[in-house]
Amino acid sequence: MMEVLAVSSRATIQDIGRFGLREFGISQCGAMDKLALKAGNLLLGNEENTPAIEVPLGGISLKFHEAISFCVTGAFYEMTLDDEPIFTYWRYQAKAGQVLKLHHAKIGMYGYLCVRGGFDIPKELNSCSTDVRAKLGGINGRILAVGDQLLTKNDGLLLQKVGIAPIPLKNTIYALPSSEYQAFTRKSQYNWWQTKWTLQSNSDRMGYRFQGAVLNLEKPLEMLSHAIQFGSVQVPPNGQPIILMADAQTTGGYPKIAHVIDADLGALAQVRLGTAIQFEAVDLAQAAKLRRKNDVYLDQIRSIVDETY
Amino acid sequence: MHITPISESAVVCVLPPPATLDQQRRLWAFAHQLQQEEDIVEVVVGMNNLTVFMDFMTDFTPLIQRLEQSWQTLTVNTFQGNHIEIPVIYGGEVGQDLIEVAEYHHCSPQEIIDRHTAPTYTVYMIGFQPGFPYLGGLPESLHTPRRANPRTEVPAGSVGIGGAQTGIYPFASPGGWQLIGHTEQALFDKTREKPTLLQAGDTVKFVVERIEL
Repeated sequence: MMEVLAVSSRATIQDIGRFGLREFGISQCGAMDKLALKAGNLLLGNEENTPAIEVPLGGISLKFHEAISFCVTGAFYEMTLDDEPIFTYWRYQAKAGQVLKLHHAKIGMYGYLCVRGGFDIPKELNSCSTDVRAKLGGINGRILAVGDQLLTKNDGLLLQKVGIAPIPLKNTIYALPSSEYQAFTRKSQYNWWQTKWTLQSNSDRMGYRFQGAVLNLEKPLEMLSHAIQFGSVQVPPNGQPIILMADAQTTGGYPKIAHVIDADLGALAQVRLGTAIQFEAVDLAQAAKLRRKNDVYLDQIRSIVDETY
Repeated sequence: MHITPISESAVVCVLPPPATLDQQRRLWAFAHQLQQEEDIVEVVVGMNNLTVFMDFMTDFTPLIQRLEQSWQTLTVNTFQGNHIEIPVIYGGEVGQDLIEVAEYHHCSPQEIIDRHTAPTYTVYMIGFQPGFPYLGGLPESLHTPRRANPRTEVPAGSVGIGGAQTGIYPFASPGGWQLIGHTEQALFDKTREKPTLLQAGDTVKFVVERIEL
């Protein structure tokens, strides 16, 4: 069992997400950086979809009430285990009574605290992911709070200390043109790919709001409500793009200029508030190649872990 | 029907405007048929459109051709939604805009209630929140502008009017609709196999449970 001693951020339990329920208006949720979550789980010999604690930017302190293997992936957190510094993308063993502190993310936005066997959280609608708005999953569908006690499915320590290559962060995110791309002016199409977009502080798990050039439609477009998804780039009338993130509502009504490719959704999630990034166009074949690259990374972790059991 | 990819894994099928109940009915049937197909992961009905989610693709041409073909050979009469009656407590603390809405339409609150409970509404689609229905069929005599200052929190179960739409908020959320009542009927129950009370294609009638003025 792990106990939350202090928490200063909107930390939640997340797995890969809640699928197949969009027709009922139920969001997918799940980890913002699914690749980092999968990497952390594989490093511990867990299934990819095992629930972990997602910690955005700020901090959390937890006490281990049992000996267990753990790791933190995703954002590069300044961390200590009983005041000794420890590092992201490394597998450690905690002894009962030790205190783990994630002070703050130095690089990136979302850290994943994974434990061997995963947290023992009941699935709701086929996922442990916390949906704060629909009050589903996690601990009663809410963010973690001081005093929360999290049971684990600890199934034995992994004795060797092992580290893996961290997922590189990037300032260029790959995207595909989306359904209303042609409805934007030529200049706006150009600006979408050429502008440096700055991530605004009012961004969250539902949407990343960027500021840069103003994106205009050729002529006003009457859009009726339609399905949207993690990665859709919506442009509301103020011309500033909002990229829908893991907690995206299922339907929306704004024109979509682009869609961030699946392989880069994690990298997008790790963009820090106030940072400027750029988008670059790829085609479907390149998008597939980049997904495959992520799979290879995960396969490599699997093989390292198999050797070090 | 115009079919366009929106991502590596989805296409949106858009019908020519205007949105009509007939076109929407065809979309429900289409959604129902596509959901039976093994390689289609999810289908989401929008207003006058429908989105098909698949596994990742490197070429959309075969899918688009297949969807066009299925749409042309679609048989529509197979899909019939459920009919659901929703009891509403009109007025009172959570329906505090009832009087304002009546004043706006120069009639009595009772007249507003009569007009609101008269039609059989149709669930065009579900979206925005789990179980939130987009209802068609609000009489023009009830169309009311949204509040100038949206509320920061509309309580769950609120029944409201926003412009030409009426609906029920399954969860508390910010909102600018005029609240004329509320229902205790849960629109979302995570323990049910189908977790939402309403689905696209269902019909709804509001019935008076109580009036609080």
